[in-house]
Amino acid sequence: MASRHQLGEPVVVVEGVEKSFGSFSVLRDVSLTVRRGETVCIIGPSGSGKSTLLRCINGLVPISKGSIKLAGREVNDAKLDKLALRRDVGIVFQQYNLFPHKTALQNVMMAPIHVLKQDKAEVEERARKLLAKVGLSQKLATYPGELSGGQQQRVAIARSLAMNPKVMLFDEVTAALDPETKKEVLVTIQDLAAEGMTCILVTHEMGFAREVADHVYFTDGGVIVEHGSPAEVFGNPREERTKGFLDKVL
Amino acid sequence: MRSGSTDLPVLKPFRAPAPIAPSGFAAPVMLSSGTLAVFVILFGASLALAQVAARPAGEGAVTVLLRWAPLIFQGFLFNILISFLSMALGTVVGVLVGIAQVSLLAPVRKTAWGVTQFFRNAPWLVLLFYAMFLLPFEFRMFGITIAFPAWVKAVIGLALPVAANVSEILRGGIKSIPAGQWESADALAFTRAQTLWMIILPQAFKRMLPPWMNLYAILTMATTLISVVGIQDALSVTRAALIAESRPELMIPMYLLLLLMFFAYCYPIARATLALERRFNVKA
Repeated sequence: MASRHQLGEPVVVVEGVEKSFGSFSVLRDVSLTVRRGETVCIIGPSGSGKSTLLRCINGLVPISKGSIKLAGREVNDAKLDKLALRRDVGIVFQQYNLFPHKTALQNVMMAPIHVLKQDKAEVEERARKLLAKVGLSQKLATYPGELSGGQQQRVAIARSLAMNPKVMLFDEVTAALDPETKKEVLVTIQDLAAEGMTCILVTHEMGFAREVADHVYFTDGGVIVEHGSPAEVFGNPREERTKGFLDKVL
Repeated sequence: MRSGSTDLPVLKPFRAPAPIAPSGFAAPVMLSSGTLAVFVILFGASLALAQVAARPAGEGAVTVLLRWAPLIFQGFLFNILISFLSMALGTVVGVLVGIAQVSLLAPVRKTAWGVTQFFRNAPWLVLLFYAMFLLPFEFRMFGITIAFPAWVKAVIGLALPVAANVSEILRGGIKSIPAGQWESADALAFTRAQTLWMIILPQAFKRMLPPWMNLYAILTMATTLISVVGIQDALSVTRAALIAESRPELMIPMYLLLLLMFFAYCYPIARATLALERRFNVKA
């Protein structure tokens, strides 16, 4: 499927990134570029460094070597303004990580009010809209413990969107969900991508990646083995490793 | 039961017989009323014994006991006051030290850890002696003289081990919150202080409440230590009353009366702690 929307300037530029934990090398010479409005899927076997790469992009994990530029700002910089970076990137985790002592609405409102110091009434209005957008306008006053996994994950997406990020990162967000609730989360992400949000997804949902992605990266053992359009990577993989992986999962 | 057609060894499920012991709400009620009954019977028996043993000329044991009871109770209220103040001071200091224990700055973290361990593993009575004899009886600063009467020193002395225990309860509570909470707060650009106050501590609070209440009950019982350093508390009053009456047979009912006061105060706290623990366990 061809790109459904106009792609803009590069938003995320990763160049020659290396990351090791002690002597264990997780990422080796990883480079990728994501343009504004693009939806990029990173696929590959477990332990290939996909999640680490996402965490490096928003500065949760420092990199050992190379450069990551986000909206023109170098992430791997000691003088980095973390607040400015985190405003630009939202991340959604596999385990939702909602704040269990706050309602769905409060979860979405907390960061804009306390971090961005925005007006409470304004934030609340936006939070209500966001929760309606992810189909949860009935659950505003519900605590995370009383929501299903899929609902919690959609609150988590709304919570990230409340910061008005330029890029959204999704780290295996459907891995802990059953097929039914998986679908509602995937539809939410698909809508987001269709609206032109720049999305980077680490996923094991091959069907979803094929349908939604503008560009697919296949990683294995900390390196990008190959990348291209979904048609190329899924339909006609060049590398043996990609073929082997896809044969196993498809 | 249908017999299986396999010759492989099969482990059949073991079904325990239905428990005979009372369960649910009945158990704690029966248990607590049982304990209380034992106390009352013991108290009554010792009183009767003292009454019988009384010299013909002497007053009845009940009369003597009733005469002293208000004074002992006053002393008991003083113990409660001391326990409140020590707990308040210990909690404030303990929370600060506990937060220092999770500081990112290694020197702060290590110092707080050392202080916590030192006071947590020291005998309360020894700490009390230190506070009594090392603190000045008054304190001069900028021309203002602040008096340090004995009871204030006692509060400080008891607050030391309380602070160390609160510090450890706090550290444990913070560590019990999953790392994902820190990570998502970090990703939303909360500062570390904001994360701690708005996200981690509110969640840790309910996990810290039962051990904190438990600590308070222990402290209340430990307040009788202050009688050793010469402060007039319930225990000193009881002892003085016994000396004044000089009737050894009154010793058992008199001390039992004191024990009953502490029991009536501390036991409900212990029960409430258990109830809270159970409630949070079910929810978690």
